[in-house]
Amino acid sequence: MPFHTFTIKTPLAAAALALCALGAHAQASAPIKVGFMLPYTGTYASLGNMIESGFKLYVQEQGGKLGGREIQYFKVDDESEPSKATDNVNKLIKRDNVDVLVGTVHSGVALAMAKAAKDNSTLLIIPNAGADAITGPMCAANIVRSSFSNWQPAYAMGKVAAEKGAKKAITITWNYAAGAESVKGFAEAFEKGGGKVVKDLNLPFPGVEFQALLTEIAAQKPDVVYAFFAGGGAVKFVKDYAAAGLNKTIPLYGPGFLTDGTLEAQGAAAQGMLTTLHYADNLDTARNNAFRKSFALTYKANADVYAVQGYDAAQILGAGLTAVKGDMSKRDALTAAMHKVTVDSPRGKFTISPAGNPVQDIYLREAKGNNNEYRAVAIKALADPARGCKL
Amino acid sequence: MAGGCAALLFDGLRLTQADSYRIAAVDLATFLVQCLNAVQYGLLLFLVASGLTLIFGIMGVINLAHGSFYMIGAYLAFALAPYFGDWFVTQLIVGVLLAAAFGYLLEWAFFSFLYQREHLQQVLMTYALILVFEEVRSLLVGNDVHGVQAPPWLAGGFRLGELMSYPWYRVFASVACVVVAIGLYWVVNRTRLGMMIRAGASNRDMARGLGLNIRLLYRIVFAGGVALAALAGMIAAPLSSVYPGMGGSVLIICFVVVVIGGIGSITGALIASLLVGVVDTFGKVFFAEYSGVGVYLLMAVILVWRPEGLMKRAY
Repeated sequence: MPFHTFTIKTPLAAAALALCALGAHAQASAPIKVGFMLPYTGTYASLGNMIESGFKLYVQEQGGKLGGREIQYFKVDDESEPSKATDNVNKLIKRDNVDVLVGTVHSGVALAMAKAAKDNSTLLIIPNAGADAITGPMCAANIVRSSFSNWQPAYAMGKVAAEKGAKKAITITWNYAAGAESVKGFAEAFEKGGGKVVKDLNLPFPGVEFQALLTEIAAQKPDVVYAFFAGGGAVKFVKDYAAAGLNKTIPLYGPGFLTDGTLEAQGAAAQGMLTTLHYADNLDTARNNAFRKSFALTYKANADVYAVQGYDAAQILGAGLTAVKGDMSKRDALTAAMHKVTVDSPRGKFTISPAGNPVQDIYLREAKGNNNEYRAVAIKALADPARGCKL
Repeated sequence: MAGGCAALLFDGLRLTQADSYRIAAVDLATFLVQCLNAVQYGLLLFLVASGLTLIFGIMGVINLAHGSFYMIGAYLAFALAPYFGDWFVTQLIVGVLLAAAFGYLLEWAFFSFLYQREHLQQVLMTYALILVFEEVRSLLVGNDVHGVQAPPWLAGGFRLGELMSYPWYRVFASVACVVVAIGLYWVVNRTRLGMMIRAGASNRDMARGLGLNIRLLYRIVFAGGVALAALAGMIAAPLSSVYPGMGGSVLIICFVVVVIGGIGSITGALIASLLVGVVDTFGKVFFAEYSGVGVYLLMAVILVWRPEGLMKRAY
């Protein structure tokens, strides 16, 4: 009898031992958990997919590892819905126990993510949302942005408009945070350059009935108009502006979002329009060409600015993990490295400010066909003022 | 008069010195252009809202999917445009017929089960339809924004004031809306079909007792409502381009129009649309910060004054 039990026990014990060993081994090189919280449905769905594709492309180029650790992905659709943001981000933080959060597009959702990341001290990399507050009053050591602040392209456009000799400007946008931040950035540089914003026009988000405001613009006769719209609103505004004949006498300027991904729908109305952004479709650098080729081969689609931002989010994380050799427990060294990195981005090299926002060149682009073509560097190495950040 | 009304409505809100200067600065020409804008916007609103008021007022169904029919119309314009090119009016007619057939089928498959149900169930089902339509659109056309070209013979515009020109297509859209408004009024008030519709709306059981085929009648009304929304979408497409979720914002403002105008009244819908157009347009010009509120304030004031809306049911 004892003999009998012994024979049964031994393999069991052996198996248990083996399992333990396996477990210990798994822990040592367990994959880093990356949680994407991005819009996978709704208006911004294509942006979410582009960001994820860009991120994964970089990881794949590194052989599927960052800092020597495998990467495991988790996904939550944030639906661009701020009211669900806290629940959604907690799914990734509490349920999936992710090490790094990546997201998102919508600024309202991103603000909620930043708060959750701060409260739980989870690493957060923001691959799009431009709300100034994220790297302003909300800034934290564990939050880095790979995209832009709303202030950046707007400020650059204000400088360009003033340099072109414009004295009197009208701004127009939706009555919401991103629009207000953008318009403020434009006015700051434009008035520094000797111009004056005579009127801020706005309408409720996401209204698209512009005719009354266009008539108002025609009555005021400014030298330039600065507009912040995106998506369907951007298409309609640019078309209405041209249909009203205003583009013949009053140039329409805006941040890149006014013509990015919308040129096909805008057609002739947008041709020749000048916008500012940290990326242009035909940046002819070896880095950008290699990136675009690799992206096209992998996904059978053309990369865009969102793919670049996703790709760079992975680069920033990679730099941090390499510095600590994949050891997530060395948090301070990890976040310090993420802030010290010089990212070799397809958009051009950039660094990260102490507040966690890219210090980057902003380009002046011109709409030609379906591309926003590079024309000049509007401002070199522009840093967001990070107002309200106490880092 | 309506403009003055709008100004009065805003009297309670903060009216700064700058605001008064702004009002004084608007010269007569600009004012007239703004009136044109207001009427044009109001007419387009009427086109969408008339279908809703028909379905809501006559059949008693709260149809949240009405905005989706508008969206379907816009996407129809986008899909059909390459095949018709110059033949824009033909395209509109084909689109309207397709939409009417679609509405006829929908009524048979879904809405015919809703008449005896509570409003909550109607809301649930029509909301579900919104989700279905959005998802199908996403699968078929994707989530990108698409532009729709106005037909070549309506391209360009005429000069208006020093800098501005007014697109011919907007004029065409206004004329089309007026034609539909007159046609609708004529059908409802002057034809045998209209008489039956009015009879069915005022007393369904009695009308049936008199030998009317109510089921068929409702099916026709519903198909007509869908066709009107789709027509509005098709006409609006070159102006607004087509994009995901475009039905949603239209739906809300349409309910405002229907409620202000009096549920089921075509004339009421027309007056309400124009009122909303005026308040929205001048609100944006004079009270930019509060322009989102203006239309709802108008609705509140009118409902306090006349709880049933401007026009009681015309039948």
